[in-house]
Amino acid sequence: MNFSNFLLMRHEILLLAITLLLLIGEIFIHKNKKGSLVHLAIFLFGIHTAVGFLQIEESSLFGGMFRTNNMIHFFKNVLNIGVFILLLQSADWLQEKIVNQNRGTEFFILLFSSLLGMYFMISSGDFLMFYIGLELSTLPVAALAAFEVSKRISSEAGIKLILSAALASGVSLFGISLLYATSGSIFFSDIIEVISSNDLTILGFILFFTGLAFKISLVPFHFWTADVYEGAPISVASYLSVISKGAAVFILMILMFTIFKPLMHVWENMVYVIALTTMFIGNLFALRQKNMKRFLAFSSIAQAGFILLGLITGSQLGVATIVYFVLIYIFSNLAAFGVVQAISLKTGKENMDDYNGLYRTNPKLSLVMMLALFSLAGIPPVAGFFGKFFLFTAAASKGYYLLVFLAVVNVTISLYYYLLVIRAMFIRKNENSIPFFNNKIYMRLGLLISVIGILVLGLYSPLYDYIYELSSVFN
Amino acid sequence: MDITYTILIPLIPLAVFLLLGIFSQKIKPAVSGLIGVVGLSTSTLLSFYTAYQYFFVHGKINGVYQAIVQKTTWMNFTDNLHIDMGVLIDPISVMMLIVVSIVSLMVHIYSIGYMKGDDGFTRFFSFLSLFSFSMFGLVLATNLFQIYIFWELVGVSSYLLIGYYYTIPSAVSAGKKAFIVTRFADLGFLIGILIIGYYTGTYDFETLNNPEGAAILNWTSTSFMGLSVLTWALILIFIGGAGKSAMFPLHIWLPDAMEGPTPVSALIHAATMVVAGVYLVARLFPMYYFVEDGFALNIVAYVGGFSSLFAAIIAITQTDIKRVLAFSTMSQLGYMMMALGVSGYNGHEGVGYMASMFHLFTHAMFKALLFLGAGSVIHAVHSNYLKDMGGLRKYMPITNATFLIAALAISGVFPLSGFWSKDEILVAAFEHNMLLYVVGVFVAGLTAFYMFRIYFGIFWGKDTQYKHAPHESPLSMTIPLIVLALITIFSGFIHFSEFIAPDRIGFEAHLNYPLAAIATAVGLTGIVLSYIFYKKENDLADKFANAFGVFYKWTYNKFYFDEIYLFVTKKIIFNLIAAPIAKFDKKIVDATMEGIGNKTVVISKRIKGMQSGKVQDYAFSFIAGTVILAIVFIYLWTN
Repeated sequence: MNFSNFLLMRHEILLLAITLLLLIGEIFIHKNKKGSLVHLAIFLFGIHTAVGFLQIEESSLFGGMFRTNNMIHFFKNVLNIGVFILLLQSADWLQEKIVNQNRGTEFFILLFSSLLGMYFMISSGDFLMFYIGLELSTLPVAALAAFEVSKRISSEAGIKLILSAALASGVSLFGISLLYATSGSIFFSDIIEVISSNDLTILGFILFFTGLAFKISLVPFHFWTADVYEGAPISVASYLSVISKGAAVFILMILMFTIFKPLMHVWENMVYVIALTTMFIGNLFALRQKNMKRFLAFSSIAQAGFILLGLITGSQLGVATIVYFVLIYIFSNLAAFGVVQAISLKTGKENMDDYNGLYRTNPKLSLVMMLALFSLAGIPPVAGFFGKFFLFTAAASKGYYLLVFLAVVNVTISLYYYLLVIRAMFIRKNENSIPFFNNKIYMRLGLLISVIGILVLGLYSPLYDYIYELSSVFN
Repeated sequence: MDITYTILIPLIPLAVFLLLGIFSQKIKPAVSGLIGVVGLSTSTLLSFYTAYQYFFVHGKINGVYQAIVQKTTWMNFTDNLHIDMGVLIDPISVMMLIVVSIVSLMVHIYSIGYMKGDDGFTRFFSFLSLFSFSMFGLVLATNLFQIYIFWELVGVSSYLLIGYYYTIPSAVSAGKKAFIVTRFADLGFLIGILIIGYYTGTYDFETLNNPEGAAILNWTSTSFMGLSVLTWALILIFIGGAGKSAMFPLHIWLPDAMEGPTPVSALIHAATMVVAGVYLVARLFPMYYFVEDGFALNIVAYVGGFSSLFAAIIAITQTDIKRVLAFSTMSQLGYMMMALGVSGYNGHEGVGYMASMFHLFTHAMFKALLFLGAGSVIHAVHSNYLKDMGGLRKYMPITNATFLIAALAISGVFPLSGFWSKDEILVAAFEHNMLLYVVGVFVAGLTAFYMFRIYFGIFWGKDTQYKHAPHESPLSMTIPLIVLALITIFSGFIHFSEFIAPDRIGFEAHLNYPLAAIATAVGLTGIVLSYIFYKKENDLADKFANAFGVFYKWTYNKFYFDEIYLFVTKKIIFNLIAAPIAKFDKKIVDATMEGIGNKTVVISKRIKGMQSGKVQDYAFSFIAGTVILAIVFIYLWTN
């Protein structure tokens, strides 16, 4: 093996280095200047994100356990951008609540380890690597969910997440072992050769699928979502809803479109049913939520249902539209969570009623929130519309008209509850509405990037063309 | 003909919107009004220049008006489906540019006076510009995808404008209602677009509309439930159009939307946004006409005819003058749809299409005039209700005169513009569908009746006791009235048929004297009846209402339509779907879990403080879900 081959793992190595650097760095940072750890982390991760955009060759390492290509590379970059925005939005919270308890490094190590797990999961060439990646991406998040030790609800979220996740990955592992039993290999490249549609394989696939369905919060594997989002620190909820979900969608898509392609006659029906239940349950529950974090939790469940519309096509068009949608979703959801984060940090308020009259006191934050919600609801010309429209087109191109119709009905339902928040902010009056406050530079930057993404991504067509071209590997 | 400059027509209002939106705190109201007016004047001049260039200089080649398209490929969606962005100049888009720019400019000028002193003055003008941008973009769109984007953008900006008075709760809920009802209709539009994109491989209007093109010739290729797939798509698209153009039964948002500021009603609910649906059908007219021998077009005709009758009947009973105008608009839009529906394609056969566009033009002008006149009245007496008005002709001579002109025009009195366009619609109906012709004539009579009912009610009759003596509105408000009145008087003499026809060749339309005589007679009868009922203070109208007791009450309450909707949405959807699901969640899911949970109670008590007692429930549903999936997809649903 040529040493330069390790450069294929550039993302992984660099992230590991950053993590270690922060660990060591903390020792040298003066006790009264712990805040600078946050600056350092953001700075280093910014560099990491930028470096990630360098081109990479298509190849594999470790006898095929680790593989990479332009598409996978792009996935990692998408996750990086999301985490970068997330760090910007979390900076104030970290400085005010976490760093002064000497727990900043802890936070970064856990967060970056989880991201590292996702890199490996996406790049995996066999089920062993996949499983390690899956576990590495989940376990640290459970610790993060319980990060606000002073709040009982946070510890509860951590426990709930770890128990549910353990169950899910256990089931998934069982599925993997069944697949090994029928195919005699754990390498994807071998399994593709021999996989055939028999009952045991299908059972193995379904068990495997539910493990990832858990991460994506598909119904009925979604129950943990609302409780964990509500209890966990907002940064962590945001991470779960955006980064964790995105990574799981990517790997699920890769596997379903390659090794499980011969089982498509089974999973297309399954995806059909789950897409419908996920959209309807997510939306109908979102209608009733009063807490912003729970509200966003159910909204993100519903959004996951839409993603399945692209998955069901099993085509290159499906891949392109899913990736495009996820990218846009990351920006939109981060913007929404960012506003919730900012308000929660300043005032501790997280209920929808607290947002009444927000426009009069904090017009900019309200506008950001409005754009984010319009994007999530899919109203042109903001990016979310294009994401949804293309997903629908992909599904319609395979003749799933009923599914598309029901999905569009769901879009209308979702519009109703997104408008509830907009109404609260812009129209409702409130005697003691949240007073005006200024955000610090990092939060502003984080929201600004998200807003630019929401406004530009939909209209900037070369991006879609690029993704479509990348996704030709699935053709 | 180089038409690149036409892109400036939408872009200038966009720039104004951004300017006013970003610097809203720093710009003085007077300046922002000026910026808005100047920006829109430029767009208006450009529109007129385009129209002149197109109709009289470059547009016609070998006797046929060409569609001039300038576009770039914006995105290659798949290898064989690409999406373009560009501008499309053809007779109807040029005509719409003129309509939108004139009305929008008049509303801008009028608003300077009407909104004076309002704290959101700058915000209001920025929204107006956003709306104008969206509307211009919609008119110039070259393909279905592009028109859909602007279509929704029009919806968003009108939501903002209707909800402008966000301190009034009813304005807010009206804005939301308008947005959600039209969005619901847009469901149909969106799915229609997807179907067309998939079956024809293009979104492009010119490609789709070509009578010898693949899209139209191959309509038989795929059918679904007995109809061509393309017919379904066209019906779905019409549903989108019906939502915006307030066709029955998707009209419920329009009367409520009257909560918005009156200039907004004039712009959105009379002249521009509401005609978008008519424009959309006209845009795809060749497809509607040729696919499946015009099956979808027939639906357009009957829905249009019914809506026009339905709305005219309701308009008679309303006491809020803006609501009367709202129902009147719905009725006239029904007229336009009906005209499209009965139109043919070649030569003189296309009179319905021409008449529809003609009426769109004249109606936009006189209805905007009526709304602005009503606004002027409301400005003076601070009420929307007829009972608070009366005898205003002495105080407001200009408003009185212009309102009278508009009322005569909508009643179809010679020689005002409404007479000509309405006559062409009736000719088209007479030649193709006798039933719709009768409906049309009847509606013409009703229209004259309800319009003069409010005219007499506002300007004649006895003086109501006014707290402050009403006075004529300022110049910025009366000038638009005068301009629109002049257009209303003279625009009937434009020979629309020379410029606008489905095959774009143009033909010579002649006045059909017997039909014109009948229509005029019916219109005059309406006016005379109204004179007898309402001119003098008497109890004839009340007696009449009593005699028709039940019917009057039903009509007054708009046939209880809103209540039915509320019943369906609140009672059925909420009680039968959302609430049971919540109940299911509580009673069944929770209770089952409790049963299982009881056994673990002993353990869970020890760590009670830590957990909610529900993780096991989650685990249960996780496993249950997995098992069900496995059973279903291994044994039951295999293919």
